[in-house]
Amino acid sequence: MRELTVDDIECLAIGAAVLGTGGGGDPYLGKLMAKQAILERGNVRLITTDELPDDKLVIPSAMMGAPAVLLEKLPNGGEPEKALQAIETYTGKKAFATISIEAGGINSTIPVYTAARLGLPLVDADGMGRAFPEIPMVTFSIGGVKASPMICCDEKGNMVILETVDNQWVETLSRTVTVAMGLSSMISCYVMDGKTVKKLAVKGTMSLAIEIGRRIVESNREKKSPIDAILSLTRGFRLFEGKVTDVQRDLTTGFVRGKALFSGIETYKGSSLILEFQNENLIALLDGEPAAMVPDLITALDRENGTPITTEHLKYGQRVVVIGMPCDPVWRTDEGIKQVGPRYFKYDMDYTPIEELAT
Amino acid sequence: MNYKLGIDVGGTNTDAVILDTADRVVAKCKRPTTADVSSGIREAVDAVLKAGGVDPGRIVHAMLGTTHATNAIVERKSLCRVGVIRLCMPAGLSVAPFFDWPEDIIPHLGGCYRMVKGGYEFNGKVISQPDEEEIRKALSTLSDEKIEALAVSCVFAPVNKEQEYMVKTLAEEVLGPGVPVSLSHEIGTIGILERENATILNAAIIKIADAAYGSFQNVLMKHDIQADLFITQNDGTIMSVEYAKKYPVFTIASGPTNSLRGAAFLSGISDAVVVDVGGTTTDVGILKSGFPRESTQAVQVGGVRTNFRMPDLIAIGLGGGSVVREGAGGVTIGPDSVGFRITEEAKVFGGNTLTATDVVVRSGLASIGDPRLVERVDGTLAETATQRIQRMVEEVIDKMKTQASDVSVVVVGGGSILLPDRLKGAGSVIRPDHYDVANAIGAAISQVSGSIDGVYDVAAKGREAVIEEVKEAALEEAVKAGASRDSVEIIDVEEIPLAYLPSNAVRFRVKAVGTLHE
Repeated sequence: MRELTVDDIECLAIGAAVLGTGGGGDPYLGKLMAKQAILERGNVRLITTDELPDDKLVIPSAMMGAPAVLLEKLPNGGEPEKALQAIETYTGKKAFATISIEAGGINSTIPVYTAARLGLPLVDADGMGRAFPEIPMVTFSIGGVKASPMICCDEKGNMVILETVDNQWVETLSRTVTVAMGLSSMISCYVMDGKTVKKLAVKGTMSLAIEIGRRIVESNREKKSPIDAILSLTRGFRLFEGKVTDVQRDLTTGFVRGKALFSGIETYKGSSLILEFQNENLIALLDGEPAAMVPDLITALDRENGTPITTEHLKYGQRVVVIGMPCDPVWRTDEGIKQVGPRYFKYDMDYTPIEELAT
Repeated sequence: MNYKLGIDVGGTNTDAVILDTADRVVAKCKRPTTADVSSGIREAVDAVLKAGGVDPGRIVHAMLGTTHATNAIVERKSLCRVGVIRLCMPAGLSVAPFFDWPEDIIPHLGGCYRMVKGGYEFNGKVISQPDEEEIRKALSTLSDEKIEALAVSCVFAPVNKEQEYMVKTLAEEVLGPGVPVSLSHEIGTIGILERENATILNAAIIKIADAAYGSFQNVLMKHDIQADLFITQNDGTIMSVEYAKKYPVFTIASGPTNSLRGAAFLSGISDAVVVDVGGTTTDVGILKSGFPRESTQAVQVGGVRTNFRMPDLIAIGLGGGSVVREGAGGVTIGPDSVGFRITEEAKVFGGNTLTATDVVVRSGLASIGDPRLVERVDGTLAETATQRIQRMVEEVIDKMKTQASDVSVVVVGGGSILLPDRLKGAGSVIRPDHYDVANAIGAAISQVSGSIDGVYDVAAKGREAVIEEVKEAALEEAVKAGASRDSVEIIDVEEIPLAYLPSNAVRFRVKAVGTLHE
């Protein structure tokens, strides 16, 4: 057990954006909410999965919808706890702790807020180890946990309970609900006992994100590059250094699909990199050959200060280092690859782990 | 013949230029910037009128670039007590106004706010109906807290302005005409916290800006100049002085913008790297289609996060007055500078400090002051320092440019004599005529703009129809700001789909620019 302070939350928000692989939504607003809640209610206890009793209930807390809308229509603040408590009422069981579904992006900080407001501990783990665009794309789902019952809450006090036949239906129905709620909602789903969390969660990701963020903050203070530190924390690889020469986006599917082109500098001079994304970065092509692909993590960092750059903020002229990091082993199983591998995102190629591509 | 007057108030110098109707430079001058700003402006205007022999009655437009408002925020000086009304409930309560602001600025502003019912969804539907009684009560309790200016924000105000206008009407009634009201939809874009922050900053500097621009008007009046007055803003366009008095926050990044725009105009090149060397610092920026390339990061003003778009710049501590030293680690340049005391302290002017200007004169690169005074400076040292200066600038150019091939580099600013005519990475180095007063020229040639930013549902009307509608609205805004209708054109259309939902909601940002009505 450790206590999460306001200072930790600053670091968490930065590190979570690195794990966000270009997507996941800006953790900034969740950070402000979590900071305000901690200042009002006190520090949050972060517990390891080992500290979690097998038979106790863990109820996740998350935001769903368009992060850009959330930055305009700020939550009321009561929604996340209402969603969690509604699950308690519905199942007739009390939560022992809450957990993040998605360590990358805004859903790293929302559960901290919920934990602070309800005085619950937060489990140092999540269901992705990164960011993904859909509700079923979590390790819990791969392990057979049902996403429903799911609760969606809006700021007006509306609440919808979903009980579905499978997890894909949760995705379909909750998205419709979220659109009707004004493009954002606060949710709870994937109710599990401690034993299941221990078996299926990606462990240590909250403290990993905090540590990544801390290295970035400290390196900036010391005017050093934090990139080597990030690579050693995540067992990652430096894929490229270069400047953004073009960014193309397309919105035919409702998701932000597109690609960014980089031309190399220094040791990468003469080379080029193409980064293709759909909200999150999906694949990095170095001189036409894959250098990393989903579900491994690919993130563009500001070359000067290591700050992660999301796909929506990629702009012509930025100087970046593109890094790749291995994903959780669950994603490399047959079921994992089927759910989130390159073919799911319409690439005609088999998944090759980043470690193999790098050698 | 009619004329335009351009003035730029910099940290070191106040520059003034007079242009004729064909934008030819008729006269220019530099005077030291004074602490009260207006006496420096008076001296510069005096001098430039004399130099040009221009009849003050023939000056029809006067443009001023000043960072007076920025300095007030950064130095926490003369700020108003601001009350904030946020129309949001039941949304919005999770993060209150002023949260995450630097603590040292709050006592200057008072930090008073009320959150009330109101706000819109992304598609313009009402979150909740505003309650007139609730708003009146909020206003009158804010009045009890002795606020001097009011800032109003509303969820999705860029989509629908109505509720903010309603608060304005009520505020004028409850608070009286002595409390100016700033509305968020007139200040910023989507992202309520950043927009609200900018609106609060605007309210905080509204009185000091009113006084500063008023004194500028007085200076011109005393010189019998009857021109229409304009203040330059962040995006390289201008606003009328009446408008600027209401929206002073738009001037906060006008300095570097003016130099980039001036460089584009003087060189006739619209895509280039611009190196502006002043007395203490060098700013390197990028011109794209004649306008500054903007930074993509959230911009902090005096530690307050805003969503203004500012020129993407790299600044280094290198200027004409940078102090040159020789130590164990070799020759160093700056970052400290003798600044405006260069004409007393630099060796070429008879002083005792070895400056960047002295070493380039010793190396024979420039001729300024009395070259004989630097004859005793070690030639190897001067050569090493000169090369170091060149390398410092070359490194920044390499960081800024976006293509591997060589680019055009335009050098401007009084300190640009430090730079040679060839630089690594530069296909050509252009040092246009009047490079020393590029900022004031940038101010003088400014155009007027109008812009629209909002989230639109493209499903109903179709994407093309929505874009046309937004473009038309931006053109109208530009005309309203003073552009002549036949000169207005759309210069930027940005389409930002809202991620994670297949909902057809798209955010458009469109900007139109035109030349000033004669």
